[in-house]
Amino acid sequence: MKTLLTSRMLGNRSGKRLLGMGTAVLLGALAAGCDSGDKKGLTVGFSQIGSESGWRAAETKLARQGAEAKGITLKFSDAQQRQENQIKAVRSFIAQGVDAILLAPVVSSGWDEVLGEAKAANIPVILLDRQIDTPNVDLYLTAVTSDTIEEGRVAGRWLAGKVQGRDCRIVEIQGTVGASLVANRKKGFEEAIATAPNLHLVRTQSGEFTRAKGKEVMEGFLKAEAPGSICAVYSHNDDMMIGAIQAIKEAGLKPGTDILTVSIDGVPDIFKAMADGDANATVELAPDMAPRAYDILLAYRKDHAPPPKWVQTPSKLYEPDTAAAEYARRKDLY
Amino acid sequence: MNALIRTLAPRLKAARPQLALLILALLVNVIVAPGFLDLRMQDGRLFGGLIDILNRGAPVMLLAVGMAPVIATRGIDLSVGVIMAISGAVAAAAVNAGLAWPLALLAALATGLVCGLWNGLLVAVFRLQPIVATLILMVAGRGIAQLVTEGRILTFTEPHLIAVAGSTVAALPLPVVLALAASGLTGLLVRAAALGLFVEAVGTNPRSSRLAGVHTGLVLGTVYVWSGLMAAMAGLIAAADIRGADANNAGLWLELDAILAVVIGGTSLYGGRFSIGRSVLGALVLQAMRTAILRAGLPPELNLVLMALVVAAVLTQQSPAFRPLAARLAARLKNKEARA
Repeated sequence: MKTLLTSRMLGNRSGKRLLGMGTAVLLGALAAGCDSGDKKGLTVGFSQIGSESGWRAAETKLARQGAEAKGITLKFSDAQQRQENQIKAVRSFIAQGVDAILLAPVVSSGWDEVLGEAKAANIPVILLDRQIDTPNVDLYLTAVTSDTIEEGRVAGRWLAGKVQGRDCRIVEIQGTVGASLVANRKKGFEEAIATAPNLHLVRTQSGEFTRAKGKEVMEGFLKAEAPGSICAVYSHNDDMMIGAIQAIKEAGLKPGTDILTVSIDGVPDIFKAMADGDANATVELAPDMAPRAYDILLAYRKDHAPPPKWVQTPSKLYEPDTAAAEYARRKDLY
Repeated sequence: MNALIRTLAPRLKAARPQLALLILALLVNVIVAPGFLDLRMQDGRLFGGLIDILNRGAPVMLLAVGMAPVIATRGIDLSVGVIMAISGAVAAAAVNAGLAWPLALLAALATGLVCGLWNGLLVAVFRLQPIVATLILMVAGRGIAQLVTEGRILTFTEPHLIAVAGSTVAALPLPVVLALAASGLTGLLVRAAALGLFVEAVGTNPRSSRLAGVHTGLVLGTVYVWSGLMAAMAGLIAAADIRGADANNAGLWLELDAILAVVIGGTSLYGGRFSIGRSVLGALVLQAMRTAILRAGLPPELNLVLMALVVAAVLTQQSPAFRPLAARLAARLKNKEARA
């Protein structure tokens, strides 16, 4: 109750006046509570966006597994795609006096107030998977996300290496127009292929991140381009690629051989497609963001050195040689 | 034969605006992709741009077939996109649980039926406004579908279920055959019997039709159940097409496409007269435009803008206020010419 009161008051008003009133005693109690907490193991609150995709489910599962492995008590809250639910969850974590908060923000703006409350209560916040827009980066400890431009670069570099000097006409299936992720994955890929004059991006269209639209868009590409002239397809996510692979098959071509494929995410089904010889490469968007955040948090509590503001997860490329094993490893995770 | 011509001729005449639009949309396709109209036979199946439009348009055609009678009763069914997602999820979960494929298909259709019954109950018995009544399922339904698939894309390898989208009947893809058969059957049900008349009566004036002895509750319930059934069929096709149930994206926003198709087909949202055939044409117009935009090689940022412009133009041209305005403009131009 004491911690609850402190955090609420500090959060809603400026903390200065309260400190002046001698509530430093209370703060001391709070800090003492944290110290004794370390011995029992940390308590971490995690406000997740929802469970809208297999990747998101895997991120949640790894957050739970990682917490268990490190002896952390995880308080989990599913926001069902709503920012107001996330704000409520963060406030309730503060009230419960957790030691740290993980936040996968559903939108990028509107976090200043609630993160200010967390800061006033001395609870470090780590952003997962997405960044936020705020003039005050002190509101959070660090952000653990992938480098989405780098993901595009890795895909482009792989393709350049794969085709060597051969002329290659590439088609691109984009994600939903307007997302910064889409602009970045496009930009990175274009950067990587710009160095190879034999690679030409001939068509690009949005498949809205879904299998059905990916399939429809690829059908259109196959019809619009001269038969046999498409050498490779780059897709902003694996699901659209799985749709595209079906379209290529239905057009009587062999995906992975007649048309090279490279996509991003690393969902189980693309590993299955690679194992079956229907796909060539995927760039993994690592779902183990929460375990990485735990490591950062434990290190920070030990030596109090603030981590860098942006911790990038590796964008690792997988090819068919490891696909069967990766599929077996992932199929129950997602 | 003569009887057939006698029934079809006036209908074709009434559908002239929709046919003209469809031809226009197909022309655009020919311009952006020469060879669009080529048809070739391969492995006993027809291939070509026209077949693609029919095949890709099949789900919205089915939704429009269900939506037209609903709108004719002065109602609306916002839940059809979500019903697609739920029924696809049910079919996928059923075959993955080891159920025989006919049972999985039946379960999916029954899901649509139950969803339709729920909507019908709210509208006909509890007298909720249709937009609110069906909004309930629209909002809650994706959650139900996600519960069934556990948030993942539930893939399946059951060949018969995949065949719903992948097989060929009479040289046409099965979805096309299903959509055309459903349109024909619905057309027959509403026009050969008095059902269509009842639907229009309820839409025009529910009170006087009730006083005239029409069981309005039954009519309302029937149209929502039928809409749910059509949506379930569309959901099966969408799932079979990608060999998986995608609870988050299957049928997303397709209820709006269906409504648009019915409106392009000349049915007023104020209820009353409706036409199944013209609604199906409306769905094909939308798909033909979408195909043209996808294949034109324009930046994808323009997709929605172009679609919006075309739809705005089509609907303005159909509005009752536009005709006298256009006529007056034409007359003024003529006068000017005469004076000059």
